[in-house]
Amino acid sequence: MLRYLARKLIIYLLTFIVAVTIDWAIPRFMPGNPIDALVSRIALMPDANAALTSYFMAAFNLDQPLWRQYLNFWSALFHGDLGRSIMLFPTPVTTLIGRALPYTLGLLLPSILLSWYVGNMVGALAARRKLLDNSVLPLGYLLTATPYMWLGILLAWVLGSTLGWFPLAFGYDQSLKAEWSWRFIGSLLYHWVLPFASLFMVALGGWAIGMRNMIIYELESDYANYLMALGAPQRLVRKYAFRNAMLPQITGLALQLGAVVGGALVTEIVFSYPGLGWLVLSGIQNQDYFVIQGVFLFIIVGVLLANLIVDIVYVVVDPRTRVGLQGDAA
Amino acid sequence: MLAVSDLKIHYRTLAGSVKALDGVSFAVGDGEIMGLAGESGCGKSTLGKALIRLEERMMFVGGQVALDGERLPIADDRAMNPYRFRKVSIVPQYAMSALNPTRRIGRMIDELLAARGLKGSTLRPELERRLAILGLTPDVLGMYPIELSGGMKQRVVMVLSTLLDPSLLIADEVTSALDVASQKKVAGALVEFRDRGYVKSMIVVTHDLAILAQIADSILIMYAGKLAEKAPTRTIVEAPAHPYTRLLLGSLPEVGIRFEEKRLPGIKGRPPSLLSPPVGCRFRDRCPLAFGKCVEEPPFIEIAAGHQVACWKADAHAQG
Amino acid sequence: MTSTTGSAPASPATKTGRNEILYFALRNTKLLIGAFVFMVFLLGAIFGPMLATHEPLTFDAPPGLPPSAGYWFGTTLFGQDVFSQFVHGLRSSFIVGALGGITAAVIGMFVGFFAGYRGGIVDEVLNMLTNVVLVIPTFAVLLVVAAYLSVRGLGTEAMFIGLTSWPWAARAIRAQTFSLTSRDFVGMARLNGESTLRIIFGEIAPNMSSYLVMTFILLFGGAILTAATLDFIGLGPTDSISLGLMMNYSVMNAALQLGMWWWFVPPGLAITAIVGSLYVMNVGLDEVFNPKLRAL
Ligand SMILES: Nc1ncnc2c1ncn2[C@@H]1O[C@H](COP(=O)(O)OP(=O)(O)OP(=O)(O)O)[C@@H](O)[C@H]1O
Ligand code: SF4
Ligand SMILES: [Mg+2]
Repeated sequence: MLRYLARKLIIYLLTFIVAVTIDWAIPRFMPGNPIDALVSRIALMPDANAALTSYFMAAFNLDQPLWRQYLNFWSALFHGDLGRSIMLFPTPVTTLIGRALPYTLGLLLPSILLSWYVGNMVGALAARRKLLDNSVLPLGYLLTATPYMWLGILLAWVLGSTLGWFPLAFGYDQSLKAEWSWRFIGSLLYHWVLPFASLFMVALGGWAIGMRNMIIYELESDYANYLMALGAPQRLVRKYAFRNAMLPQITGLALQLGAVVGGALVTEIVFSYPGLGWLVLSGIQNQDYFVIQGVFLFIIVGVLLANLIVDIVYVVVDPRTRVGLQGDAA
Repeated sequence: MLAVSDLKIHYRTLAGSVKALDGVSFAVGDGEIMGLAGESGCGKSTLGKALIRLEERMMFVGGQVALDGERLPIADDRAMNPYRFRKVSIVPQYAMSALNPTRRIGRMIDELLAARGLKGSTLRPELERRLAILGLTPDVLGMYPIELSGGMKQRVVMVLSTLLDPSLLIADEVTSALDVASQKKVAGALVEFRDRGYVKSMIVVTHDLAILAQIADSILIMYAGKLAEKAPTRTIVEAPAHPYTRLLLGSLPEVGIRFEEKRLPGIKGRPPSLLSPPVGCRFRDRCPLAFGKCVEEPPFIEIAAGHQVACWKADAHAQG
Repeated sequence: MTSTTGSAPASPATKTGRNEILYFALRNTKLLIGAFVFMVFLLGAIFGPMLATHEPLTFDAPPGLPPSAGYWFGTTLFGQDVFSQFVHGLRSSFIVGALGGITAAVIGMFVGFFAGYRGGIVDEVLNMLTNVVLVIPTFAVLLVVAAYLSVRGLGTEAMFIGLTSWPWAARAIRAQTFSLTSRDFVGMARLNGESTLRIIFGEIAPNMSSYLVMTFILLFGGAILTAATLDFIGLGPTDSISLGLMMNYSVMNAALQLGMWWWFVPPGLAITAIVGSLYVMNVGLDEVFNPKLRAL
């Protein structure tokens, strides 16, 4: 068990190092020398003041040897310094991320957990009832094939623009002051519904199909056959099948995280929702590379941490990892 | 006492029905261990499964099965359920993976017993006693299947399958995945369980004729969905009457070597397709003794006491 | 995603085997429906641009027109022909899907074959690499990479998508290779002293060809989806139009508020249909290749 977790930890550590290195290397080694291009462009911009230009030079430590630049990068990272935003100079990127994060988490966590739970239930039911299966399966494939942003666009168009039931944009009513009042909270929830629903639905399809297939696979497995040959009732066999089918779905949760985060980013863009996705979009539109890189690192850390949590949960629920004879379960 | 008459089981496939069991009749007496042998794909497992639980694609076409004078409703999954485990039981071909990997073995057994309306705690002492007979400590009940070796799992499955003293036990390839030492133990255990009266009759499916020679009272040879020959073990080994049996034995350097895989070196050709099996004797294409009459199907008849054969030339052989 | 890839057992490809597969393939409704939808869009991507009467990116039409005889899919807020954008975008999607899918398949096969066949330290190292790329949120990586590329073409986009999306395929192929390596015919080839490459491409790959086809199909669909997402965030090709860019332009320019559905419905619908048809085809293929699923 400890070996299992240790192996995972090593992988995550390695992943983190690789990710940080990529983050450091891309602006420096990309063809076309993006940093030079940027520096000269900023210097030419009429509203770019000298402070911005010199900050830019200093941030990249361009006057120092590469290995020093690399070490500085790490050291800044450990001090929680992700640089300063260019578009909102001199606001630190961490501040911007901190502002956007609650919105993204508020979308992500409920939609991931709920879609996982509901999807598994629907999939398990579908594996049992032919009639339900015939509708769940095509619908599930349709949903997983849908780009996140498109479902968001459709919901916004039909429920927001055409029917006018829900607001089309923003995290809360812009005429309200951001404070902890009931009106404000209500407005937050009201604006949250559509982006949440579209994220939830796209993710739901995949879980439902995965669970259905896993249960059918489990029901054909040897232990299920043996139990049925010994006259065990369906109830018991299904109970085992469901439990065992859940296990790969837990690891699946970790594997899908990255994709769902991507989905959340674009969904936010559709709804002008003030989370990380919106931040990234403005970063891209304003060529604010510190923001983009900051969000990148932030997502990496978040996904790795989430993976670690999933692993710990997995060790608790799957005895095979605890015995230590575990093969390749992840 | 098991009596099977004219049992027909087909597999439904898109290409048509695979006639895996095409009218087989035989009996297994009380206290008898009957070995069941034949090339891969001849229908041994199908026969074994048919007696306890038809899989989804298995179609009951006809025939009757009676156990201890009572007719078994093998075609009716629900009606069959009360007989399973209590009257008929199986040690499946896949015993290595027959236990739920995520449950402790003891708990799984308790849950199974409870689901059958029995109390795990009352049966626990007997369970532990029988595990001990096979050299397993009660500790295994607190373990997960992955913590046991293959042979240990096999033995646990054997004890569990026979816990309710069934009249009939089907043991499908119980030794083939084991090392020689474990094979001996498991084979010995089968006899031991019969001797102690835990099981009345047994059908032991295997490719390993050596094991059969040691433990079986009689041997039934199948070929392409039909019975070829049934006789007491000694008769099969020393005076087989069916050309197929002779080739099966003759193709082995000596009794005791396993035949397996698709082709037997001594017998040319392959068994016929069971999708549309040929009329007449199914062994005709490969039989060195085939003659004109073999286009008709030979009946499975008794040529001596307890010795049945399906071959037009069987009598001549038995004498020669 | 792995659970959608099937479990077709590898069996030596024989002539009768091929006929049989064709027989079942032509009778599998999932495969036929999926292939039909896919072909419709593929033909649209190939021939559509020839039918288009306008250039995709020129502003030569009246702005904001709903679909009409002159502009089949209507026009954008700036007076571009949506139909023309759509068919050119389709083409981009297929190109990215194919190139990205091939890149990922090649890497996945290389890593999977060698890790599974060689085992030992090669396996350890490749496995570590696979795991690292697997847990990195690839979308985030693509984000930084694309952001720093000032000129982006379809090819670069496809290549980066391929470079980040191979791990699950490598894993699946590794597992299959692993089980094949222990089979007789591979052992024979090994004893005969054939080279690793010959054994992999002569013995192992042909025996899991059905599996490789299905893996490629999923990678293809995945690449299309990822590309659409990147494009939508504004990191798509800078020199051409794509379905994701169409959605981006429409949302950025208030098509939602203005109810200009003809601008954003076709691109999303096309992506959903193409990717969905690929998934459904994959399920059908699994049934065709896997006798266990094939029987009633
Ligand atoms: N699920 C199935 N669908 C279709 N045909 C099947 C199925 N299972 C078995 N068969 C066919 O039925 C025949 C008998 O199979 P069976 O498993 O009983 O053989 P067996 O004698 O047990 O072989 P082995 O020694 O390999 O275990 C074979 O020809 C096989 O191809
Ligand atoms: S009946 Fe004829 S073909 Fe069949 S085994 Fe006897 S001799 Fe051979
Ligand atoms: Mg068998």
